Amino acid sequence: MSEQALGSGSSAGTIDLDAAWKLHPQVALRPEPFGALLYHFGTRKLSFLKNRTIVEIVESLPEHPDVRAALRAHGIEEDAARPYLRALDTLADSHMIVPS
Amino acid sequence: MTSVLEPPATMSSPAAPLVPKVGRLVDQFELGLDAPICLTWELTYACNLSCVHCLSSSGRRDPRELSTEQCKSIIDELQRMQVFYVNIGGGEPTVRSDFWELVDYATEHQVGVKFSTNGVKIDKKVAERLAASDYVDVQISLDGATAEVNDAVRGPGSFAMAVRALENLAEAGFKDAKISVVVTRENVSQLDEFKALADKFGATLRITRLRPSGRGADVWDELHPTQEQQRELYDWLVANGEGVLTGDSFFHLSAYGDALPGLNLCGAGRVVCLIDPIGDVYACPFAIHDQFLAGNIVSDGGFQQVWQHSELFQDLRSPQTGGACSKCDHYDSCRGGCMAAKFFTGLPMDGPDPECVQGYGTSALEADRTVPKSSQDHSRTGKRAERRTPQAPVPLTLLTRPPAKICDENPLAGME
Repeated sequence: MSEQALGSGSSAGTIDLDAAWKLHPQVALRPEPFGALLYHFGTRKLSFLKNRTIVEIVESLPEHPDVRAALRAHGIEEDAARPYLRALDTLADSHMIVPS
Repeated sequence: MTSVLEPPATMSSPAAPLVPKVGRLVDQFELGLDAPICLTWELTYACNLSCVHCLSSSGRRDPRELSTEQCKSIIDELQRMQVFYVNIGGGEPTVRSDFWELVDYATEHQVGVKFSTNGVKIDKKVAERLAASDYVDVQISLDGATAEVNDAVRGPGSFAMAVRALENLAEAGFKDAKISVVVTRENVSQLDEFKALADKFGATLRITRLRPSGRGADVWDELHPTQEQQRELYDWLVANGEGVLTGDSFFHLSAYGDALPGLNLCGAGRVVCLIDPIGDVYACPFAIHDQFLAGNIVSDGGFQQVWQHSELFQDLRSPQTGGACSKCDHYDSCRGGCMAAKFFTGLPMDGPDPECVQGYGTSALEADRTVPKSSQDHSRTGKRAERRTPQAPVPLTLLTRPPAKICDENPLAGME
């Protein structure tokens, strides 16, 4: 399976951590044993989330004032946040999640 | 009709190390999903054409064809299962009188529709209707970049019909139609021309593998690409494949070098499956045979029940050993190739793909083998020799009643 290269290690990407984000209204998220599948009905793109924690974070975004709060609420501290931020950046890049 | 399989466009990064390792996504997929990603639904076996390689041996409508209400119940289930979209084909799906009713019902119930057609019904009015819809994608089948090459496989006038459909769609402002090509010995040399045709109509090119399935079994020996052509095809995909869809059907070529983008494994019963016109559920549209029949929607409690609990699918989702192929250095790239290609050439399932790029398939084909026949044959003629030449298209009017007898060749039987 080819995986997209996700760029260098910096956590600064598309996503503004101090803003509120949500799933794009045209995106369907379907939980699976390994995490979840996401499908954007507008762009026809399919995405995957590879564990349940990131799925829960994404689903909980509307309940938090910003992304940092959502990560903290799931026990993800700054030093462990990088892979999650990369995942959120990828979702933002493909318009799966959008600013609230 | 070919199935519409598209590779995932983006991937998210793996989780933080504090959570248990999930492993590679492809390993997860091999163990199955709660709902298929690429579900092919053949709505009818009726077809106005008689393409020589038809994977579903279509032509005559089956009297047991599911009713409009039964089809809507399936759509209701797909909605509940959160199936994102369904790939509708056949036969020629647009010849069903309730085709548009079903398309609308699906899109109104959060199930996107991508349908495959030979273009017979895509007139200007239909093209406008499609252009106005957000959730319907269209795929036009074409097997030659010229009428000469195409019509030898799909029948006289079929190239013109497909091009007319593409013109109507482009004129109506329909965005991003697909042109779907089955790669054969005769059209491998036309790959650049196919791309140009797609560009001309603002469409996306999709090329897929010829499998010895359905009527394909009768013509596979003469039509499947040679080893040299496979190499050409691989090189072309590596050089030009950006923006070309493949339905994940060339993963067996990954053994040549870098893996091609997409899901490089057999998705049968794990990521994909087929619902046929009478409600039978098969592991894959290329595997219409009792061996790959998981159940029936009507008699086995519905689609979800069959997808999640059928014995066949549980079996396919258990770890596969790979057999003789697992010893090969390239096994990781090709995963032993296509199950249907092996089955319908009479090769063992735990051995090489007939088109194995290392050549193991060629030697396997030389051994004694029995070629199984498809379980369903709705071709309009039964004689093997006749089926190698496509008949002229049949002018069809929409039927509102199933045919009188299963053996009626004439799709208009009983309507006079």
